[in-house]
Amino acid sequence: MHTSDREIKKMEKIANYIRKDIIKMLLKAGSGHSAGPLGMTDVFTTLYFSVLNHKPKQPNWPDRDRLVLSNGHICPVQYATMAHAGYFPKKELMTLRQFGTRLQGHPHRTALPGIEATSGPLGEGISQAVGMAYAARMDKKKYNIYCLMGDGELNEGIVWEALMFAGKQKLANLTAIIDRNNIQIDGNTEDVMPLEPLREKFESFGWYVIDIDGHNITDIIDACNEAKAVVERPVIIIAHTIPGKGVDFMEYDFTWHGKVPKEGEAMKALSELRTLGGKIKSEHE
Amino acid sequence: MEKLNPNMNNMINKKANLVKNLFGKNIKQLPTRHGYGDGVVLAGEKNKDIVVLCCDLTESTRNHLFKQKFPDRFIEVGIAEQNMAAMAAGMATCCKVPFIASYAMFSPGRNWEQIRTTICYNETNVKIVGAHAGVSVGPDGATHQAIEDIALTRVLPKMTVVVPCDYEEAKKATLEIAKIVGPCYIRLGREATPIFTTSKTPFKIGRAEILRTGKDVTIVACGALVYEVLKAAKELEKEKIDVQVINNHTIKPLDKKTLLQAAKETGAFITAEEHQRNGGMGSAICELLAENYPIPLERIGVDDMFGESGKPEELLNKFGLTAPYIIKAIKKVLKRK
Repeated sequence: MHTSDREIKKMEKIANYIRKDIIKMLLKAGSGHSAGPLGMTDVFTTLYFSVLNHKPKQPNWPDRDRLVLSNGHICPVQYATMAHAGYFPKKELMTLRQFGTRLQGHPHRTALPGIEATSGPLGEGISQAVGMAYAARMDKKKYNIYCLMGDGELNEGIVWEALMFAGKQKLANLTAIIDRNNIQIDGNTEDVMPLEPLREKFESFGWYVIDIDGHNITDIIDACNEAKAVVERPVIIIAHTIPGKGVDFMEYDFTWHGKVPKEGEAMKALSELRTLGGKIKSEHE
Repeated sequence: MEKLNPNMNNMINKKANLVKNLFGKNIKQLPTRHGYGDGVVLAGEKNKDIVVLCCDLTESTRNHLFKQKFPDRFIEVGIAEQNMAAMAAGMATCCKVPFIASYAMFSPGRNWEQIRTTICYNETNVKIVGAHAGVSVGPDGATHQAIEDIALTRVLPKMTVVVPCDYEEAKKATLEIAKIVGPCYIRLGREATPIFTTSKTPFKIGRAEILRTGKDVTIVACGALVYEVLKAAKELEKEKIDVQVINNHTIKPLDKKTLLQAAKETGAFITAEEHQRNGGMGSAICELLAENYPIPLERIGVDDMFGESGKPEELLNKFGLTAPYIIKAIKKVLKRK
């Protein structure tokens, strides 16, 4: 399935709007995470606007593809993308983390239709996704399960329990996308707890591994198509991303993992993002 | 009718339909985990969405029976209790009704946070089966003797907590929790214990059963200790102490009505469980009574200690969980009345 340049350009534009919303949401909320949501915006946009078989107006459609966010703390990007895709009104985005909101600080399945799993405590999204994939295969369902994960999250033992099970069971309807941004709260992943060689680790657990540029929408689409074509193994897409992508002063800086911009910083970020429309791909190349 | 049953205690509630040879030496014995094993097969026949997940303990959790009958619905997850819990939650969101089984020490012990987040908070229809609970696990020692699991599960919102008293009740409880939509914990023992209830004994989740009526004191018990309590009550007949016995198999939600009525009628309580005194069933009763109808109460349970290796009966004695200790506690509480 070929995606036209026009469609790619359109998605890049949407991604830019989503990044702006993320900055506004974080400023309003006053707490949360900045780097991860901005880094994963291109992946989320591509999934919701190109890859997923879903019906935003019918979030409980039984045959929908399931998207599970395992590193729940980057949920502002999921909320913003869902709103842009039509799951709920965009104005609700500004209620993030506030009393009475459906947009809880970490995703909660029963709070917001379209959220497939309660997640946040790390490692538990991938386990739930593995369960969904197994159940779907038992019932011969055609839908796919996508699980988005952080790289720091890979420190958790439960992740490897889940990967081992999925490898044993050859859950080909499951694709995990790892946000390989190399940062976690205490610093760079390789300093906090070395993860490499990641590809070899995953392969030895029985997974098919694809490395991509996590800001290149064509790459993301191609990898998801390749994942669908792999019928014997679950697939891990290692999406190499830049934390804080799109906002110059946040990029690569791990201190932006777990904090939000103040008003001045947010204004600066928004002005930078305004000039970025359509340039994300070329800039990265 | 009593003439026909010399072993039968006079004050036993007829409606409880307990076995005829209640205190006979030849009373049949089986572990409660066997009741679960047989029950989950029956539940599986009734509901094709039921699946069983197990952590490399298929036979000791008695899930080999389900595996034989429904091989496609049995899932071996290896020694990975955390993954088992969260995976089951994911399966439940795709229409399955998972029963997850391990030793209580590891599930809900080791995987408590997964149970909290992905099962209780996430409101998924998962049943947690904790086998080998209590000090009566015996020789394996303290590492494998779960005596904190009631506390761990009853504190969780949305959770139903059931502790069956014998094989027969474990079978019924398994069938009943299969019908509830929502998280449930069922606590099981390893050792064979007397089967003193029958298929006709009433059982309803959330309803405490009065097994023996009495006016001086009420003993509220759960699990295998219910039988010990009945023995103690019979023993006290000789001393003209009239003991009421309640089988409180559902620790959450508590049957407040029955328990408060018993408190008003007898004015003194004993609680008995094979669990830490702190945080367990006895604590739940204390909370209820303190807030509604404070009366003298003594708790039978492990007193803030870990278990150790030994024969089940040696350990039950050491931790004061047998009839003589129950009798002692009754006399103590009566003095406080």
